[in-house]
Amino acid sequence: MSSPHILTAGSKVSTIMLLVLVALLPAIAAYYFFFGPAILISLTLASATALATEAMMLKLRSYPVKFFLADGSAILTGWLLALSIPPLAPWWLIVVGTAFAIIVAKHLYGGLGNNLFNPAMAGFAVLMISFPAIMTHWPTPLMLAQHPVGLAEALRYYFSGALQGVNLDAVTMATPLDTLKTQLSLQHTVGEVKHMPIYGSFGGKGGEVVAAMYLLGGLFLLQQRIITWHTPVSFLVTLALVAAVFNGINPTHYASPMFHLFTGGAMLGAFFIATDYVTAPTTPKGKLIFGTGVGILEYVIRVFGGYPDGVAFSILIMNAAVPLIDAYTQPRVFGHNT
Amino acid sequence: MRTLQKFHGGVHPPQHKAESNCLPILAAPLPKRVIVPLRQHLGTPAKVHVKIGDHVLKGQMIGIANGYISAAVHAPTSGTVSAIDLHAIPHPSGLPDLCIRIEADGEDRWIEHQAVDYKTADPDTVRAVLRDAGIVGLGGAAFPTYVKLNPGQQGKIRTLVLNGAECEPWITSDDVLMRERAAEIVEGIKIMAHLMQPEKVLIGIEDNKPEAIAAMQAVCRSVNLEQAANFEVVPVPTLYPGGGEKQLIKVLTGKEVPSGQRPLNIGVVCANVATAYTVHRAINHGEPVISRIVTVTGNVQRPQNFEVLIGTPLGEIIQLAGGAAADTSHYLIGGPMMGFDLTNLDAPLTKATNCIIAASPALFPPKPAAMPCIRCGQCAQACPADLQPQELFWFSQSKNFDKACAYNLFDCIECGCCDYVCPSHIPLVSYFRFAKSEIAMQNCEKAAAEQAREHFEFKKQREEREKQEKAARMAEKAAAAAAAKAAATANGEAEDPAIAAKKAAIQAAVERTKAKKAEAAAAASTNTTEPS
Ligand code: SF4
Ligand code: SF4
Repeated sequence: MSSPHILTAGSKVSTIMLLVLVALLPAIAAYYFFFGPAILISLTLASATALATEAMMLKLRSYPVKFFLADGSAILTGWLLALSIPPLAPWWLIVVGTAFAIIVAKHLYGGLGNNLFNPAMAGFAVLMISFPAIMTHWPTPLMLAQHPVGLAEALRYYFSGALQGVNLDAVTMATPLDTLKTQLSLQHTVGEVKHMPIYGSFGGKGGEVVAAMYLLGGLFLLQQRIITWHTPVSFLVTLALVAAVFNGINPTHYASPMFHLFTGGAMLGAFFIATDYVTAPTTPKGKLIFGTGVGILEYVIRVFGGYPDGVAFSILIMNAAVPLIDAYTQPRVFGHNT
Repeated sequence: MRTLQKFHGGVHPPQHKAESNCLPILAAPLPKRVIVPLRQHLGTPAKVHVKIGDHVLKGQMIGIANGYISAAVHAPTSGTVSAIDLHAIPHPSGLPDLCIRIEADGEDRWIEHQAVDYKTADPDTVRAVLRDAGIVGLGGAAFPTYVKLNPGQQGKIRTLVLNGAECEPWITSDDVLMRERAAEIVEGIKIMAHLMQPEKVLIGIEDNKPEAIAAMQAVCRSVNLEQAANFEVVPVPTLYPGGGEKQLIKVLTGKEVPSGQRPLNIGVVCANVATAYTVHRAINHGEPVISRIVTVTGNVQRPQNFEVLIGTPLGEIIQLAGGAAADTSHYLIGGPMMGFDLTNLDAPLTKATNCIIAASPALFPPKPAAMPCIRCGQCAQACPADLQPQELFWFSQSKNFDKACAYNLFDCIECGCCDYVCPSHIPLVSYFRFAKSEIAMQNCEKAAAEQAREHFEFKKQREEREKQEKAARMAEKAAAAAAAKAAATANGEAEDPAIAAKKAAIQAAVERTKAKKAEAAAAASTNTTEPS
C-alpha cells in the first residue's frame, strides 16, 4: 500500500448525497404544508424510477450494482426533478423525466462523474418541451384552494388522470412568475398584480416559504462544507442586481429583486442544482463565472423568454461552458509567478 | 508577535502525538550487529572505506562522501566488518541496497575525535567537517546538510528557518528532542547561523507542542541576551503539511519558493531541528551521525521515543517498545500521510527513519474501493500546492501526460492531502507517482533518442565536412595545376596566364561558396530538428 495511509473518517460519496437529501427536507415539509401531499407521491415515484433505471444501467454497463446504487446520487437526481415539476401530474410525467435523466443524461454520458449536463435539469427540459401544458399546472396554495387535494385524491389523479367532482383547473393555477408575466402583458403594473391573492409578502404565497427553506437547507450545506459559497452567492447576487437595475428603470413593469429571489426555482437552483459537483466548475473563479452566467440567463429567460422560469435552461446552457470555464480559470499554482 | 501567512489548503488528520510523547527519550541497548547502508541520503551513495574483516571503532568513517551531493557514513559501534553486500533497507521501493555489516564487539569504543572551533575555523573547513560527519537533513529527505549551508553565489541569506513543525501525525521524535535537548539544538543553530550569517533566525514549531515551544523559547531567550543573537521561536498553526519546507517558509516569511527552485533562491535556508542537534554534536564534540531519535508507536505495547544506533534492525527497535500487539497487520516507516510500508523487519534504522508505526486494521482501516471522481473539488481545496488534483487525476488516468505537465503535475509534493479528503477514495497520489515516473521514463527515452540522433547528425556533418574539404582541396589543386599549366605555356598558343589564373581563382571561389552553403544547410537542419 502506498501513502497516504489514512482517509478522512466518514467521508463518502453516499454521505454527501445523504446530507444534500437531508438539506432538502425543510423545503419538502413546507411544500407539503402549503401545497398538499401530492409532492410525496411525486418524490416516491421519482426515487423508485431513479433506483430502477440506475440499477438497470449499471447492470447493462457491467458495474457492481449494489455498490453504486448505494451512493445515493440517483435518488438525489429524482428528488431534484420532482421538486422542479408540478407535483400534481400523471404518474408517467415524473417517471419519464427521471428515466431520461438517469438513462440518457447520466449514463449515456458516462455515468457518475462524467455527465456534462445536470441530469435533473435535462429531464426537466425534456418534459418542458414535450409536455408544456402539464408543466404549467401548479397546485393552488392550500389556503386559497376551494378543493384541497388530499393524499387519496392525489393518488387517484396520478394513476387515473381524473379528479372527483372537479377538473384539474380548479385545483391548479399558473405559477406566480407566470401570472406576473401574463398580467403584465395585459397592461397591469407590477404593483397591481402583486395584490392578487396568490402573492405573499415578497414571492408567491407558500412558495416564498418553500424558497426560504431551500435557503435554509443551502446554509446547512455551506456549514457542512458540502458546497462553497461561490456559486449560490454569485448566482443570487447577479439575479438580484439585474432585477434591481430593471426594477429601478421601470418599477411598474419589472418586479423587485426580492420577488425574483423568492419565486420559482431560484433558491433551489442556487443551492442545490447549480452547485452539482459533476456539472459545475471546480475552480473558485470558475464557480463565480458560472453563477453569474446562470443569474443573468435566469433573469433573461424568466422575464423576456417564453418559459415561466429559467433555472433549468440557464443551468443547462452554462453546463455546456463548464469545461471551457475550468480550463481558463486555473488558480495560480504555489511557487508560480511569485 | 510575528504576523504569519497562510498556505492554501491543508488538512487536520487525527494527531496521535500523545501516545508517544509522554515518556522521555530512552537510550536503546547496544545491538549485536549493525547494518549500515551506504545510501542514507539524497545523492550519490558513500564509497566503501573498509574491507571485510577490518576492525572498526565507534565513529570511524566506513563510507566516504562520493562527489558533491553525498555524505559519509560511520561505524555506529566498535566491531568487525563481517559483510559488505545487498541488504534490505527501509525504502518505498522495498529493494535491497549495499550495506556494511558490523558484528559489535560489545566494547562500544570510540575512535579519537575532537571538537572544532567553528568561530575561528574557515567556513569551508567547517562544511567539510559536516560532510565527513555524515550530517544530512533528518526531517525525511536526508539532503546533505553541508551543501545546504553553503550560501554560494547567492550572497546574502536573509532568513535561516529551523523546522520543528513535525506536522505528520504520530511522529514525536523532534518534539521530545526539543523538550529534552533544546540547549544542544540551539548550539547547532548557532553554528548554522555562523556559517550563513542570516539576518534573522526563525524556529517554526506547530502549536500542538507547547512544551517544546517553551523549552526552545527559554534557551533562545538566554542565548539572545548573552550573545546578542536574535533567535525567534515562532509557534505556527497546527495544519498538515505545515512542516513541508515550502509551506513553512511561506507561513514564516510570506515568501513562496519559486517552482523548481530551492529556498536559497529567495535567500532562505531551511533545516530540521534534529539536524541542528547533529551539527552541534559533530562540531562541538566531533561526533558523526551514528544514532538518532526514532518514534516507535501505533499498535505496540509501550509507544515511546528511543535513541538508537543507526544500523540497528528495525525489528529489534519495535521490541524496545514492548513489541507489536497480536493484531498488527503491517508496519509504516514515517507518518501515515507520507510514510511507506516496511517490507522487511531486518531492515536497519537509517538517518532518515524518524518513526516506526505498527499498524492494525483498527488503527489503519483498509481503503474502501474507489468510486468515480465526482468533481467535488475537495481535493483542490485541500491541496497545499494549489493544484487541481481532479484534473491531474483525469490526465494521469488517461495517460495524457503532456496535459498533466501543463497542469503542473511536478509541483505536487505528494503530501497526500487530496487522497485524505477524497470522498470517492481515489488513490490520487499513487496515480500522480505513476504519471511522474512514466514521464520521467519517457524523458529518459527521449533524451537517449536525442543523443543517438545527435551522434548521427554529428557523424553526418563530419562526413559532409570531409567531403567539402576534399572538394576544396581538389579545386585548389586544379587551380594550381591550371596556373602551372598556364605558366608553362605562357608564351605558347594556349590561354593567357592571367586569364587562366583568374579562371582558377573563380573556380576555387565557387567551390568555397558551395562548401559554405552545404555547411549552412547542415547547420539549419540541426536547428530545426532541435526540440523547442
Ligand atoms: S476529492 Fe476525489 S471525487 Fe472530489 S474532485 Fe477530487 S478526486 Fe474527484
Ligand atoms: S499530493 Fe500533490 S496534488 Fe495531492 S494535495 Fe498534495 S500536493 Fe496537492
